[in-house]
Amino acid sequence: MTPLLQVQDLHVAYTSWAGKKCPALEGVTFDVRPGEILGVLGESGSGKSTLAVALLRLLPGNAEIQKGTVLFEGEDLLRAEARTLERIRGARIALILQEPSLALHPMIRVGEQITDVLAAHESTSREARRQKTLQLLAEVFPADAARIAGSYPHQLSGGQQQRVLIAQAIACGPSLIVADEPTASLDPTTQQDILGLFRTLREKFSLSLILITHNPDLLAGLADRVLVLYAGIVAEIGPTEQMLRFPKHPYTRALLQSVPGGRDELAKGRKSKLPVIPGEAPNLAALLNGCRFEARCADRMELCIKREPEVTAVSDVHTVLCFKYGG
Amino acid sequence: MERLLVVEKLAKRYEHGPLLGTKGIVTALQGVSFSIGRGATLALVGESGSGKSTLALCIACLERPTSGRIVFDGNEIATSDDKRLREVRPQIQLVFQDPARSLNPRFTAIDLVSEPLLVQGRLDKREREDRARGLFAKVGIRQEKALYRVAEFSGGQRQRLAIARALALEPKLLILDEALSALDCSVQAQIANLLVELQVSLGLTYLFITHDIAMAGHLADEIALMEQGRVVEFGLADKVLRAPDHVATRRLISTAPRLGAAAPALRVV
Repeated sequence: MTPLLQVQDLHVAYTSWAGKKCPALEGVTFDVRPGEILGVLGESGSGKSTLAVALLRLLPGNAEIQKGTVLFEGEDLLRAEARTLERIRGARIALILQEPSLALHPMIRVGEQITDVLAAHESTSREARRQKTLQLLAEVFPADAARIAGSYPHQLSGGQQQRVLIAQAIACGPSLIVADEPTASLDPTTQQDILGLFRTLREKFSLSLILITHNPDLLAGLADRVLVLYAGIVAEIGPTEQMLRFPKHPYTRALLQSVPGGRDELAKGRKSKLPVIPGEAPNLAALLNGCRFEARCADRMELCIKREPEVTAVSDVHTVLCFKYGG
Repeated sequence: MERLLVVEKLAKRYEHGPLLGTKGIVTALQGVSFSIGRGATLALVGESGSGKSTLALCIACLERPTSGRIVFDGNEIATSDDKRLREVRPQIQLVFQDPARSLNPRFTAIDLVSEPLLVQGRLDKREREDRARGLFAKVGIRQEKALYRVAEFSGGQRQRLAIARALALEPKLLILDEALSALDCSVQAQIANLLVELQVSLGLTYLFITHDIAMAGHLADEIALMEQGRVVEFGLADKVLRAPDHVATRRLISTAPRLGAAAPALRVV
């Protein structure tokens, strides 16, 4: 089946105030299939938020897309004209950001903020838009859509605000939603509610979803595939179950082990040392030749400092960037 | 085990208004009772709005409870006068969720860590800085970074600084209010390990406030669960996690995401 979104060899770099170039993404390649949930797993600084906004060309002024293609529904978004992009953003691809209280205008009723999205993309009557807003809110608030529509953001909880943003995201029937840490500011029960809602909407509207997070636990039971981003490159990508149970890349393995309550927790006991990844992520402005994870890697070999590994397939759906598997 | 902190029937009500003509009372805490053993960790878990942070502020003597008792190290502190509280407060220190917001961005690392000593009028400048450098070593901040500012540190290092600052006055009780929640998983593990090390070497007592039940299970000796301003379950961590009595505890345990959770049915796309 043709992918819905194909990202190829995407390079993005920021320029510091001192004029120094700092790469954020270097050669990111992946695709998203129709109706698929792709989890993007990465730590702070791995480039995951840059990826979210680069897809829609919403990068800040000091960032530059250096090369690559982003093919979406037959259009290369990196070369598309401003008007084409306007037609796609918010309508065909919706973006949901981390902090719902910052994404909503504090002084406009939330219903109106959804109506505004409809007005920007569809030439329907006011009444039709009002009706559709209520329908959309009913998707995410089955019980009291009308009351929510008339509320201001401060009258809603964090979870309710996030639901409003989801209603806004699905307003124009997009085929792809990019959600950057959509549950990071919510407590665990609300977090599960929101993830459940994504699952329902995916089934109902056959949406694709790119779910960006630093928490591998959230992806279990939700994502179809997981992409692990490390220092601006795709370290590993594969089906969720395989990735979480039998991670190949030493970074993925170390990351999964550092979460308490993982497989071996009960055997090791309370207050035992959690396995950590030594050191810190590399400074992308001063990279050396070898593998980016080499300095922190438990399995490093002599080869690893000499050159960067290449993408290796460990199965027909699972690839990894590591010399251990050929590279 | 000897108890360092005993909280009995604590209540806190806030009055608000009159705002637009209405006046009201919000009950944030109601009949809260629990205790923490000296040198132990109590995890206080609960959803947003359940009253965890209000309880932390009452224990840190930053809010006065409406009624009830707080006995810290043998002394009743809920009703103590301000003069007495000034002696108690340094012994109870807080570490907050987001070090980027809780640390002054214009201070250098060494000023941040030695400031509590300055405020308390303890030691001279030289001695304060020596103490700060000693704390850098304890929490794993490199000495060369003494003059760096908050923005120049990574998230995990910022939280190490916040911990060093909290330790400057040699407190007995450390309140960690969601101190790991804003960090990446692998950094959470590093800071969790640091907390365990410090607890062993300094004999610290922790009140660990979190909504991460897995981390609570990892770090805590005892767990207290809050719901709507009450402690609805309190007991040994093993007991609470394996055989929870209260429905809210069971719900929290069941909603915690798990790596081992059933994977979705494979979809053909």
